[in-house]
Amino acid sequence: MANHESTYKPSSRFERWLDERLPIRRMMHGQFVDFPTPRNLNYLWTFGGILTACLAIQIVTGVVLAMHYIPHEAMAFDSIERIRRDVNYGWLIRNVHAVGASMFFIAVYIHMARGLYYGSYKAPREVLWILGVIIYLLMMATGFLGYTLPWGQMSFWGVTVITNLFSSLDAVIPGLGTRIVVWLWGGYSVSGVTLNRFFSLHYLLPFVIAGVVALHVWALHVVGQNNPTGIEIKSKSDSVPMAPYAVMKDMFALFVFMIVFAWFVFYAPNYLGHADNYIEANPLVTPPHIVPEWYYLPFYAILRAIPSKLGGVIAMFGSILILLFIPWLDTSRVRSARYRPIFKWFLYLFFLSVIALGYLGAKTPEGIYLLMSRICTFYYFAFFLIIMPIVGVIETPSPMPRSITEAVLGKGASGAGVPAGAAAAPEKR
Amino acid sequence: MKRSTALKASAVAAVMLGLTTPVLAAGEAAEIPRQSWTFAGFRGHFDKAQLQRGFQVYKEVCANCHGLKRVRFRNLSEPGGPQFPEESVKALAASWPNKIFDGPNDQGEIATSKGVIIKRPAGLADPILGPHDNEKAARAAFNGALPPDLSVITLARSASHAGTLLQTLVGMPRDIVNGYQEGGADYLYALLTGYANAPADMKLADGMSYNKYFPGNQIAMIAPLQPGLVKYQDGSPTTIEQYAKDVTAFLAWAGDPKLEERKSMGWKVLLYLLITSLLFYAAKKRLWAQVH
Repeated sequence: MANHESTYKPSSRFERWLDERLPIRRMMHGQFVDFPTPRNLNYLWTFGGILTACLAIQIVTGVVLAMHYIPHEAMAFDSIERIRRDVNYGWLIRNVHAVGASMFFIAVYIHMARGLYYGSYKAPREVLWILGVIIYLLMMATGFLGYTLPWGQMSFWGVTVITNLFSSLDAVIPGLGTRIVVWLWGGYSVSGVTLNRFFSLHYLLPFVIAGVVALHVWALHVVGQNNPTGIEIKSKSDSVPMAPYAVMKDMFALFVFMIVFAWFVFYAPNYLGHADNYIEANPLVTPPHIVPEWYYLPFYAILRAIPSKLGGVIAMFGSILILLFIPWLDTSRVRSARYRPIFKWFLYLFFLSVIALGYLGAKTPEGIYLLMSRICTFYYFAFFLIIMPIVGVIETPSPMPRSITEAVLGKGASGAGVPAGAAAAPEKR
Repeated sequence: MKRSTALKASAVAAVMLGLTTPVLAAGEAAEIPRQSWTFAGFRGHFDKAQLQRGFQVYKEVCANCHGLKRVRFRNLSEPGGPQFPEESVKALAASWPNKIFDGPNDQGEIATSKGVIIKRPAGLADPILGPHDNEKAARAAFNGALPPDLSVITLARSASHAGTLLQTLVGMPRDIVNGYQEGGADYLYALLTGYANAPADMKLADGMSYNKYFPGNQIAMIAPLQPGLVKYQDGSPTTIEQYAKDVTAFLAWAGDPKLEERKSMGWKVLLYLLITSLLFYAAKKRLWAQVH
């Protein structure tokens, strides 16, 4: 895909001059204007563009907020109040940034679920997928660091709980975990020193994310987009140029997404947050209920489902790192779950169990909630480690269309349906 | 999340941290009923007369113990708030009993020769301070308890309910669509009207009062409101319920002074996004008609 010929024609002397020296417009034209896009993409494929917009919004609002924010333990909370009350449109910028974090995660979860359902992690898209997992990890780190900055009770105690997780390494090498925690904190407790370094890193990581996003897009443009059938583009009729077709569709989806975004910004700005974060951080008072932001809840549930502290930490990090290996854990050659009658149901159950873990992460881990957390945690790992490898081998895929064109226009367009498993029909090239 | 469950969760978190010993709830706090507020929802706005009455309650009752330090006197005359005339706010600030630190003076002293800390009267740009210079002074005056600053109190409290999975699944989208943000106000109103005699089997600690809605049911604040306590000028009823309603509305404004600006900008932004979405949809449909 990346080596498809750009149809760029320099139209002025300057453009010709530049094209011979730095063919950036030729590249952009090839990659973002006449780039071949599968013609059968559904709206789940608009979330890549939406996520790019989310990142841009977070960076722009974040840069402005940083002009007014003071990363000091005695002033951070008040500086946010100044932003809300006295900075021109500060309330708006701050709401967009805070709600934007949640919107970013909603979009990334849909994007990831799309990838899982349509097998977008399978060859030749393994590197694309792995880069995506790295972006997701960076997002989680950035979100966590950012949640520290308002220096409310939930900020302070959230940091305390999460950084303390590293002390579980004391069980491996005595003293190791404790030393790591002291090193992270910059002292013997969470303090203004911690706040200041977290602010620095919170400003840094989004640019790292932007860099990995560039790699992610690059990898995407090398292998091309997957599509709901999971069948590669084989002929010209299978694709449409990115501009204007995909671009127009993406813009429509982006604006619909923005309606939801704006609803939260203007009418429910605090809905996704926690009331305790409007109480200034106080190291001497533990809040009654320490919960992370909603987007971490499934992993928080996994952490607490395991009886041992170190085990919980390993399970929590493992639950994300395992995603790096699914291109090889999935043994099926069929990409799209649409044609995988057994796997499909296990996948639905997986989505359900992640949502359940999110619910359970906000509950006290005892009684039925703890039991449920354990069942869902077991299923989470069993899905990747047992179900994915086995179902891929024993399942008979349902009949698939021969090509994207046939999937869109019906069988008349390019002959009769083909038997299951004959996905990669090389004769159609 | 019910606060009692929340307390148990804190125990877990605390044990996990190995930092504190867990604190357990003494009793179940009652469910917080939802009130109807003028500032709730899509068309929410503050009732100016109510904010003015609410400020009067704050000034005559709450301000004896609680500060409002993130609100400045000038805010009281700004649009979207109680909008008192600027002249009267100036006079109010000048006569506010809790003055502003003004040391060191030109001689470098922070106290007069008689040992009185140097302070000046407040002006429009100054914060509305409570009666105590610092947390220790407040705790010393209140038997160890700290009356919190009320600047963002309605944001810092919530009335989220314990719910089954099903209730959560139904309640969440409903609250999002309604833009329900008044949990803190509901809680505050419930608290102010929730004083009652303790049940016979409950033994209150020294100096504590029974409150139906306070987590653990024992609160250090004595019942602050009594019928007829504040004399309203506009003929509104002088009941505990009315006082609670008015002062809660005032504190909701104090915590979110840009609420009206936010909600009036909101529908314009939404309208713009909606129209643009429809245009994109029409353009997309027409464009793709050539392909499908």
